[in-house]
Formats: sequence, C-alpha cells, structure tokens
Amino acid sequence: MSAEAADTEALWGAVADPSRRRVLDVILARGEATATEIAREVPFSRQAVMKHLAVLDRAGLVSAHRRGREVLYVASPERVGAAVKSLARVADLWDRRLSSIKRLAERAHREGRPGS
Amino acid sequence: MTQGHIERELSIDAPIDVVWATITEPEQINEWWTDTAQIDLHPGGDGRLGWVSRATNEPMTVPLRVERFEPPHHFSFRWCHPDAAAPTDANSLLVEFSLTSDGQGTRLRLVESGFDTREWTAAERDAELAKHEDGWTRHLATLRQHAASVAVGAEVR
Repeated sequence: MSAEAADTEALWGAVADPSRRRVLDVILARGEATATEIAREVPFSRQAVMKHLAVLDRAGLVSAHRRGREVLYVASPERVGAAVKSLARVADLWDRRLSSIKRLAERAHREGRPGS
Repeated sequence: MTQGHIERELSIDAPIDVVWATITEPEQINEWWTDTAQIDLHPGGDGRLGWVSRATNEPMTVPLRVERFEPPHHFSFRWCHPDAAAPTDANSLLVEFSLTSDGQGTRLRLVESGFDTREWTAAERDAELAKHEDGWTRHLATLRQHAASVAVGAEVR
C-alpha cells in the first residue's frame, strides 16, 4: 500500500467511529479542550474520551500540548479537511454516476419514441 | 463534521420503468459504472462488479449482494465486503436506489451508507476503482458512436 493510501486509511479509521467524531467536534467547536472538558459534553466517560483522543492523535487529527498542569487538545484543520475531502471524493464518484444514469435514461426515453 | 453516508436526489426526464432498467440491468450498469457487471436480480442475489485497469489491462472484480429488488421503486445492494465473507452492515457498504414517479418523469434518490460502521477500506477502494475507470469521457464517446443507444431505447420500452 502506498504511503498516501496508508495515511488515508488512518484518517478514515479515526473518523469511522461516531463517538470519536463527537470528540473531534467538541474540540473543533471550543478551539481547544482538556479531556475533562470534553467528557462534560459527551454521553460517555472520560476514560472513553481518552481512548478516542489517542486514536485521533495517532491519525494527526488532534495534538496535545501542556499548559501548566493541564493537557489541552487542538484539532489540525489540515488533517480534518483531508478527512472531509476524502468522503467528498467518494460523493463525487456518485455524482458522476448519477449524471450518467440521467443522461442514459433520458436518451433511451427520447430515442424510444416513435418517429424520433 | 462528516456524516457516515452519502445522499443524492435528482430528477430524470424519463418514465420510471426506463430509469429502473438503467440502474438495474447489468448491460446498462456497464454504461455508467462498471466494465463488466453480473448480477442475479432478486433479493439475496449475488453478483460481481468488474473493471479493467486502463493502465495495466488487469481485471478486478468485487462481490455484490442484492438486498431489495422491488420493481420499479427499490433497488439496493451491499458491496465492498471481503470476498470470502457474507456482507453485513459492519463489513460492507449499502447502496440504496429509490425511484418515484414525478409527473412524466422520475425522481431518483441514492444513499450509500456504512462508511462509519465499516472499516475504512471501502472508501479508499472506491477511490482506487475510480482510477481504473478513467473516463466518463471514454463512455460518452462510446455512447455517441453506438446507435446501440437506439436499440437500448427500444428494448427498455
């Protein structure tokens, strides 16, 4: 697998879980957040939050930095953008197929008419 | 941030039975998606979708299993599951077409889901497949050249 494909795999794996996406959304909304702050805004435990943060960090979607005794997590706009673009690319594929379906069906209908 | 599925709707100026044929008949699917499609067109039916790489001339196929086949309104199938495994909502993508008559035309709705429940490889594989497809332009050129589209028009009626 190419380096690019492996990277996309890590991104997709990171955002595949809806709870993990929720953690990422909280960080995006707040700009930066501690695990405790995130846990207050999600319906699962701080321990679960920490596990999700580890996966997001490994995928490069968030990074941690210390401020005094606190550890704060921030999102990487570039990496988040890449994940969104990846899904958008798949959507583009369907847009092209649907355009073709439309064209084929309309042509079949037009050319099936008597006298055309 | 991202949803785990893709949804699209569009209107088509053709009757529902013509659109149904376009999305379900393997020879038609070969016009808008695959190079080779074989499908047992009934609920639970198996199939294979195939492409030939433009670069290497190597064929590749992926399995498919039909879920709903209810002419002329609902056609859905699972794909992108591992070859040896039965498709489930944890290991495959689900593609759902819904057609409704809209005056003289048809309203088509497409949903592809499972990106968040399935391991990622489906999305990347789809992108890989796109590289093999090289050419909606190729398809368009073929369509223009072949008056077969006229024959197609007669058949689907």
